[in-house]
Amino acid sequence: MARVMLFGRLADIAGWRETEIDASSLSGLRDTLTATDAALGEALAGPGVQAAVDKVIVRADVALTAGSEVAFLPPMSGG
Amino acid sequence: MTVRLQSEPFEPGVLLTRFSAGRGETGAVVSFTGLTRAEHGQTTTLELEAYPGFTDAEIGRIGEAAATRWGLQDWLVVHRVGPIAPGEAVVFVATASAHRREAFEACDHLMDYLKSRAPFWKKEHGPDGARWIEPTDRDRTDAERWET
Repeated sequence: MARVMLFGRLADIAGWRETEIDASSLSGLRDTLTATDAALGEALAGPGVQAAVDKVIVRADVALTAGSEVAFLPPMSGG
Repeated sequence: MTVRLQSEPFEPGVLLTRFSAGRGETGAVVSFTGLTRAEHGQTTTLELEAYPGFTDAEIGRIGEAAATRWGLQDWLVVHRVGPIAPGEAVVFVATASAHRREAFEACDHLMDYLKSRAPFWKKEHGPDGARWIEPTDRDRTDAERWET
């Protein structure tokens, strides 16, 4: 189970901030999230939304393990 | 060389006094305090979200790069997270160097970064409800110039 975290408006769209999902890759995780919640899937694919695995931004697909932490980050607004 | 994210309010004067103390070889300390604007009643609360362990690490990387570039002796970033009322301090940056120019420029640079690209998500609560503030397309393309 990967730990999945949503930030900013993504959490408002999904109605949750953090959950655990069984996925072996980042793309698989996206597919699962999209299948469960189309609005969230669309938001995750939107412009400027980045994914971080274990607190490192990833741009390609990566494998996930049981302890992986995946965060979806909408465009950062600065402080 | 410190980054601190905190939900509690802070007193900028206390931070500056503490940061400036015991510096026999420092010729310049520059500090910046950012306050939350009320936007003429349009903002009743500003809510800042950070990703602990990621946001502080990113700011730390920028701080270290600035320290190297300007030869800083020390730097400090304190940033609020969570709900912040208008008039409250939201960010404090201090830089210390042997001479003033380096401390001024590094502080300015750190604030440009913190205001435009630091990993925070910002929600404005006002009389008409709440809305997330995101960078404009222009902000995004400007920022992407630096991504290699």
